Amino acid sequence: MIDKNLVIIGGGPAGLAAAKSAYDSGERDIVILERESVLGGILNQCIHNGFGLHTFKEELTGPEYAARYVEQVEERKIEYKLETTVLGVNADKVVTAVNETDGLVKYRAKAVILACGCRERPRGGINVAGSRCAGIFSAGTAQKLINIDGYMPGKEIVILGSGDIGLIMARRMTFEGAKVKAVVELMPYSSGLNRNIVQCIKDFDIPLLFSHTVVDIRGEGRVSGVVIAAVDDKLQPIMSTAQEITCDTILLSIGLLPENELAKSATVKLSPITGGATVDENMMTSVDGIFECGNVLHVHDLVDFVSKESEEAGRSAARYIKENRADRDYVEAVGCEGVRYVVPQYVSKNTQSEQIQLKMRVSNVFKNVRLVGLIDGKEIFSKKKQIVTPGEMETVTLNKAQIDEIRKGKRLEVTLKGE
Amino acid sequence: MKDIIVIGGGIVGCSVARELSRYNARITVLEKFNDVSCGTTKANSGIVHAGFDAKPDTLKAKFNILGNAMFDDLAKELDFPFVRNGALVLCFDKEDFPRLGELYNRGLDNGVEGLKVLTKEEVFEMEPYVSKEVVGALYAKTSGIVSPYEMAIAYAENAAVNGCEFNFGKRVVSICESDGRWTVECQSGEKYSADMVVNCAGVYADDINNRVCDKKINIVPRKGEYMLYDKSCGYLATRTIFQMPSKMGKGILVSPTTHGNIITGPTANDVDDKDNLYTTYEGLSEVYEKSLKSVPSLNKRFVITQFSGIRAHSVDGDFIIGESDKKGFYNVAGIESPGLTSAPAIAVHVAEDIAGKLNLERKRDFNPVRKGIPHFAIMADSDRAKLIEQNHLYGKVICRCEVVTEGEIVDSINRPVGARDVDGVKRRTRAGMGRCQSGFCLEKVMEILARELGVDFETVVKHEKGNIVIGKAKK
Repeated sequence: MIDKNLVIIGGGPAGLAAAKSAYDSGERDIVILERESVLGGILNQCIHNGFGLHTFKEELTGPEYAARYVEQVEERKIEYKLETTVLGVNADKVVTAVNETDGLVKYRAKAVILACGCRERPRGGINVAGSRCAGIFSAGTAQKLINIDGYMPGKEIVILGSGDIGLIMARRMTFEGAKVKAVVELMPYSSGLNRNIVQCIKDFDIPLLFSHTVVDIRGEGRVSGVVIAAVDDKLQPIMSTAQEITCDTILLSIGLLPENELAKSATVKLSPITGGATVDENMMTSVDGIFECGNVLHVHDLVDFVSKESEEAGRSAARYIKENRADRDYVEAVGCEGVRYVVPQYVSKNTQSEQIQLKMRVSNVFKNVRLVGLIDGKEIFSKKKQIVTPGEMETVTLNKAQIDEIRKGKRLEVTLKGE
Repeated sequence: MKDIIVIGGGIVGCSVARELSRYNARITVLEKFNDVSCGTTKANSGIVHAGFDAKPDTLKAKFNILGNAMFDDLAKELDFPFVRNGALVLCFDKEDFPRLGELYNRGLDNGVEGLKVLTKEEVFEMEPYVSKEVVGALYAKTSGIVSPYEMAIAYAENAAVNGCEFNFGKRVVSICESDGRWTVECQSGEKYSADMVVNCAGVYADDINNRVCDKKINIVPRKGEYMLYDKSCGYLATRTIFQMPSKMGKGILVSPTTHGNIITGPTANDVDDKDNLYTTYEGLSEVYEKSLKSVPSLNKRFVITQFSGIRAHSVDGDFIIGESDKKGFYNVAGIESPGLTSAPAIAVHVAEDIAGKLNLERKRDFNPVRKGIPHFAIMADSDRAKLIEQNHLYGKVICRCEVVTEGEIVDSINRPVGARDVDGVKRRTRAGMGRCQSGFCLEKVMEILARELGVDFETVVKHEKGNIVIGKAKK
């Protein structure tokens, strides 16, 4: 058993930012546990640009963005272990990890930050019928094969789902000489960022079919085609509209799921909506001293927001280690009428934060609306939006005065109101 | 020494080969796929049936009861996953009670022990998540669950250790007899000769039989589609939950698997194409809707994969076991449900029968024990630590969802009848069988396969020759 003040699980953008900020808040006894052979997480395979506009005020690629944080971790000489898989965390903050050189190691931590990211929803999750042949990949797997390993997963591609990775991969496959025949989206809108629809789909004249789904996958041994059909307003396929598109590869970009198996093993309470933990403004979960940040908490669309959230988690963990105190006298923050969720779900009545960023997603596309915050019915903020979509996370930053209003209340509701 | 050829490497072929390997004979298994357990054996419910459903005085009833009783010892001896979890047949309508009674009586006739008719209160106490519409159920204590492909692999490994030869990629195209000696020719050109040919070709057993025998048989491919749920849903059923059976089969079941997932299915549709393993929109919808009747809180969002299997349904309705009208050509055909349950008993019977016909003697050095791959995921921490000390590759987790280490994957490739492709590794180790369905580990498994087999990464296949996973390197 190794005593360690802070164990950070995951060396991707969330874990790196949390480590850096915990260090800068005075904590020195930190270890980052990373299962891959390099730090940086999924950013390493995201070789496109567009990262860092908020954090560094410049446009970086994924590996460049990761490198900035890796550098800061290296400068601070924060300990990290690579190719190390965490097998379990319990509510007493004992972290069991394994690697080839140290074998099985147990850390007894004063605080744990879960920063283990998310995974892609597999084909099973949407019940697509048809052949179970080779040639069906998640978009992220294909991204790794092309960008890290240097292999082309196929030549004629149909992408199912319009999540950001799917959109990015449509462009990437096109660059590499593949023909992307269609991006097929069940909903009448994309779950990805608008800028990706423009830059990755429209600029390359790739057909983007909304309100369509795949009803059959064909192929003996390898994919030979997909049958797609339009869906009705109950999202059921209209079989008379079925048409086959020939292709040798299908990429799935049908949603990301926070990977919370470790949180469950530590008895952390999870939100059925985000799939991540429920946290307070310090990113502390329902278990004292266990924090969550990044895509394991809720799926973000910009890494910049992940970094910011994770820095908060790192700061809070460092403070918790010093003070060994969790304040559970909470005001609950909930999403209503068109707002699916709000993170953090709780604000402590005794919060010392001068600034709190609320993050939320809406349930549908709405135009000309206001994002309104009500504390026990009284409006404390209102943000005008020309358009809100489920694919773009909305944020509201609360100032000291607004936080003081919240501290006096019982329940914070965030809701959408028409103009 | 006598030569015996077993055609087909499913649960029937593997178990027959293993039981034959107790005798002094040269045994060769010819399998058209890359691996054992690639047909019906890899895609079925994995139920060890109690035996109340089989018609009395049939081979199905006889071998079901005999086979079921063998599982506890066999699972220990061959080290494959098996749990005697019990089963319920739910009754949703008081008017169906007489049929439940019929099943009960049939079970008694067949010699099934531990049957009991339960009130709905007793059902809810056992299985709190079954539908509140249930009015009663038949409980069968001796029903169990098994991992069918791991069972077949265990049989194959033990057969191989005892001298049986396995040849893959060998599709049989002709079988001829001359002077009491059989010649079996494969599509790939090789010829094998033997004193006895055992037809364990599953859905193709009729093709093989009908090339040789005057008495023709007819195997109808009957497709069954399944849905598999995430382990987080495992609490929804601890016993195998059936609905009242019909003439097409035992209906849609909801059951835990030996690894803690929930399986639902199968449909039962006779199809024309014996190789068509497509799932269908209608089939999956049927599985889902009917499974909700038993367990209403099943949520489609937690399905991690769907698949289908083809049952080898004999139009005669019973197993076809025995030497055919041609001396030296032996059929083990039409082994549909309860075929998996019956396989161990069928294999013993077939081996004894053949040994008698060929005058075979028992080997003195037969080794009945097979030790499986140590599964890191379900080990105590102290055992894990020891294992890593012995071999550091057990410290490297490759499949995060099922916690499968590189040590296990290397073992699965290098042991007897080892894995040759991605699906072979998956069936032996569970790498890629978890909730991300190989999204993270696919390419790592391929790298290990390429390294251990000494082949190019690009030539690694999913499960069949030519079934390349990745394709060419980027130009």
